[in-house]
Amino acid sequence: MQVQQRQMRQSPLLTSIVSVILGMLVGAVMMLVAGYNPIQAYIALFTSAFLMPYDIGETIRTITPLILTGLSVGLAFRTGLFNIGVEGQFIIGQLMSVIVALKLDLPPVVHVIVAVIAGAVGGALWAFLPGFLKATRGVHEVITTIMLNFIALYLANTLVRNWLSAGSDSTEKIPESASLRWDVLSSLFGNARIHLGLFLALAAAFVMYYLLWRTTWGFELRSVGFNPQASEYAGMSVKKNLVMSMMISGCFAGLGGATELLGTAEYLSIHGSHTGIGFDGIAVALLGANSPVGILLAASLFGILTYGGSVMQFEASVPYEVIRIVFAAIIFFVAANIVRWAGTKFRKKAVTKDA
Amino acid sequence: MNVVEMKGITKRFPGIVANDNIHLTVKEGEIHALLGENGAGKSTLMNILFGLYQPDEGEIRIKGEKVHVTGPSMAGKLGIGMVHQHFMLVDPFTVTENIILGSEPTIQGRIDREKAEREVQEISDRYGLRVDPRARIRDISVGMQQRVEILKTLYRGADILIFDEPTAVLSPQEIDELIEIMGNLVREGKTIIFITHKLKEIMRVCDSVTIIRRGKTIDTLQVKETDENRLASMMVGREVSFDVEKEQREPGETVLSIRDLRVADSRGADAVKGLDLEVRAGEIVGIAGVDGNGQTELLEAITGLRKTKSGRVRLNGKDITNLKPRSVTRSGVGHIPEDRHRRGLVLDFSIGENMVLQTYNLPPFAKGFRLQYSEIQEHAEKLVKEYDVRTPDIHTPARALSGGNQQKAVIAREVERDPDLLIAAQPTRGLDVGAIEFIHRRLIEQRDKGKAVLLMSLELDEVLKLSDRIAVIYEGKIAGWVDPSTAAEEEVGLLMAGGKSGAEVKS
Amino acid sequence: MLDVLTNVLQTTVLYATPLILTAIGGLYSERSGVVNIGLEGLMTIGAFTAAVVTLATHSPWVGLLAAVAAGVLMALPHAIASVTFRADQVVSGVAINFLALGVSVYLVKAMYDGAAQTPSVPETLKRLPIPGLDQIPVIGPALFNAFPTTYLAVIVVFLSYYILYKTPFGMRLRAVGEHPRAAETMGVNVFRMRYVAVLISGALASAGGAGLSIAIGSEFNETTVAGHGFISLAALIFGKWHPFGAFGAATFFGFAVSLALIGQIFGLTAYVPSEVLNMLPYILTILALAGFVGRAEAPAAIGKPYETGGR
Repeated sequence: MQVQQRQMRQSPLLTSIVSVILGMLVGAVMMLVAGYNPIQAYIALFTSAFLMPYDIGETIRTITPLILTGLSVGLAFRTGLFNIGVEGQFIIGQLMSVIVALKLDLPPVVHVIVAVIAGAVGGALWAFLPGFLKATRGVHEVITTIMLNFIALYLANTLVRNWLSAGSDSTEKIPESASLRWDVLSSLFGNARIHLGLFLALAAAFVMYYLLWRTTWGFELRSVGFNPQASEYAGMSVKKNLVMSMMISGCFAGLGGATELLGTAEYLSIHGSHTGIGFDGIAVALLGANSPVGILLAASLFGILTYGGSVMQFEASVPYEVIRIVFAAIIFFVAANIVRWAGTKFRKKAVTKDA
Repeated sequence: MNVVEMKGITKRFPGIVANDNIHLTVKEGEIHALLGENGAGKSTLMNILFGLYQPDEGEIRIKGEKVHVTGPSMAGKLGIGMVHQHFMLVDPFTVTENIILGSEPTIQGRIDREKAEREVQEISDRYGLRVDPRARIRDISVGMQQRVEILKTLYRGADILIFDEPTAVLSPQEIDELIEIMGNLVREGKTIIFITHKLKEIMRVCDSVTIIRRGKTIDTLQVKETDENRLASMMVGREVSFDVEKEQREPGETVLSIRDLRVADSRGADAVKGLDLEVRAGEIVGIAGVDGNGQTELLEAITGLRKTKSGRVRLNGKDITNLKPRSVTRSGVGHIPEDRHRRGLVLDFSIGENMVLQTYNLPPFAKGFRLQYSEIQEHAEKLVKEYDVRTPDIHTPARALSGGNQQKAVIAREVERDPDLLIAAQPTRGLDVGAIEFIHRRLIEQRDKGKAVLLMSLELDEVLKLSDRIAVIYEGKIAGWVDPSTAAEEEVGLLMAGGKSGAEVKS
Repeated sequence: MLDVLTNVLQTTVLYATPLILTAIGGLYSERSGVVNIGLEGLMTIGAFTAAVVTLATHSPWVGLLAAVAAGVLMALPHAIASVTFRADQVVSGVAINFLALGVSVYLVKAMYDGAAQTPSVPETLKRLPIPGLDQIPVIGPALFNAFPTTYLAVIVVFLSYYILYKTPFGMRLRAVGEHPRAAETMGVNVFRMRYVAVLISGALASAGGAGLSIAIGSEFNETTVAGHGFISLAALIFGKWHPFGAFGAATFFGFAVSLALIGQIFGLTAYVPSEVLNMLPYILTILALAGFVGRAEAPAAIGKPYETGGR
């Protein structure tokens, strides 16, 4: 209760709603500039995401990894860290789970569980290094995680080419025993690629809430994040908690990579550049004000825009990238805290008036 | 002639009126003190004069001319310079670079370093401000850094100098030097506004004084026509007694005992050099000394925040040397840290969460790994009431509270744990009189309950007032013990400055 | 063997050029106290603009100038968000990367009928030999028969050193990045300095990006920039926020990139996978930050939004 009350007082909801509206306006202007009809495009976008059971299934499939990367960034923010390395941890999650899926021969249910765990652990370990370097040598995690994103990318590429496939650009499809798809679920949604990762993502959101606000460990993580010196004085281990925060954050990201691979793609291919899902997590976390419920809502919105955007490109021939512009604008508006800014401007005026 | 006239200055910040119709008139060639407690509005007023803030109402005249000081560069043009309390120096830059920044001499678009260094040397010779123009700021002493601050204003041709609490960071000798420099400056025709809350310094160097209380001007007086008691009562708004009521008590068993303690500072140099100290039950031991003589390192070593190099710390006979902070806390030490924002509170946590900052994982606040919010809230409600912490509710983040209430919250938390030894470091810094009295009462209460209290303060008055015994720390050692009921302030001052101890009262 | 050496040198110079320009761009921003994660996006908009404008005007020089202007324009939101609105600078930089890539690819698709890349640019920048010097064996063809952007990059490095360390403007810019309040009390306009610095970084990074689409390559698509902005950021840090350091680091990283690209010509990739060479700049930068390869110390006020006395 206490937690919710405090979050309510900060009222990030208004900021988020205003930012989304302004962001979509920016998108509309871009469409007008290039001679498209924004109203038509947005209608196509939003209806297409819900038109058929298949579309709904695919939309949910798009939302799933965004929840996990959003939680990853959000948990890090809540504990005073900026994990910009979600992208890399996501890739390592994919890599670890595809290795388990292809290289281990395990019975059906066990196989997928081990593969998922491998992905989560991989993400956590990939996040260990920046946490460790920050704790022991004071290196800012933003730069190290950016660097590790690229190292992860090239590592995955070289392993796919030289070990997981015979010199080809992608691995084989994973065996069914390691897949997160479930026929019953897929058939409900017109054989869309919706998969069980959704439930893992929802569970992760609950874990974040429970861990941070209901347990003594979460108390420490948040305390160290807000004020390491006071926490040290109060008897907490700053280094341990910092590394733990990074690893839990990386665990969520790795889980995102694992579920995306085992549920959606079912193989890993060489990428020339990043998937972007990790960076989208930053947008999701910001818009969701780093709270689990907010992240679920924000991931849903971004998922709808992403899936609807690709259908819109197909049907209204408006390039999908306009959605990326909308995302960017939303990030700007949230980050600049446009609502608070407008508020203070207004207050300043009021003060000068009665002066 | 009046060089500065500020009339009817009002400045509002959200929630408070920092300056309320303030008047200040400063005559040419005088040292004019601006006296007031922390938070009285002195700094706001001077920031307005210096152009960092804009007043909401009122007018400013400089040398008779009505002016609008739109920013520091405007202030510079008007001949106003400010020596900031927290030095405004760029660490990796040299002395000269810091002085010329913003008005660099150039030759074909390039900075003319030689000319700059020559000019700096000239000014420094003229006013007796010894500096090395080529040294980097990070390599020079605090005293020299302050001289650089003064040179910055002189380089720009300032003739009205604002000194913002300049003595806070200086040793007694450095203060003497500074006072001499101020004399030189006035002789050269400069006018000085001296912000302070130290009455002795006003009596010693100033010509006139304007007293500010809670954002309002109280009066302007000639220093030679007044005395310390009168100034003090004007500053706080009522008669202040310089004594606290405190009954004589016989101290009991030794609670804290420190033997031959050595502690290094963050850079690895010895800050505490073989220090002995003892605090007994039912007494307040005060540590007096100039900032930077090992106080911080000493307290950090006792509380487990810093590793010792050698020596022993015992609590009730039990060795607690180099234990982790949590173990030290749980063996019976309470600590009101020097910097409450840095060490004392997690500002983004609610008051309720701050009240259990050390005990969140102990019953009744936790069952296993699960936090028990109902217990945490009950605990906080109780402390808030008992210690008069003014907060809308216990869910309010600590950041939203005033300094005094934040400090009350820290004290509530620490005292509530019922420690045998309470360490209070600068417990009243930056607080108003009401909060100071409250905190002093609480410390004496602990003593009367038979607890040991170790008080570290840079305010000599506070140490003299509260302590049963005073240990003067100098360069990492206890230079001598003083009995506050008999000792003269000069005696303590001498010890603080490294002079020989007159009276050894160590029992 | 000498051919191989010339070849490696030539490719190194080729790939180092955009990195140098971008890293020096980042230097201005970060030295003034504004983190610039957005270098990648600034390069992207530069590469896009240069390709499109060159296609339209048939002049790569106009393309380059247009890219510089576009870079300034794209850096503006970063300046507004992080200086005026005091937003988190890292977040703002991330948004710049989103925005630049989104705008570029969106406009390419809108302009070229849904195509994912621009048509090939026929009139790219041409190599400009320096008479006499280009005849020196081995190094001549590599260093003195380079693209004009390479000469530009070298000039920018020396000029930036002069500006940052010898002029009042540079000293103020560095002061603002170390202790903005001190600078302000000395009459330096912190906001203006930071705006100018961020916009300069946009101009230079964008010029660097232009090199990718109208000198090294001859088209723009989604993967034209693919990480070069982040390598430049790494070079800036590895070069300890100093013009010559950044220059050296960018050149070295250009060398690593060139080895990864042409390694197979002389059989290097048989021993070291090209991906490992690609990783090298990032690994080295982490080691540098951790203090294993010298200690990289950032400007003191970097990343901290500044608020004037106005409250």
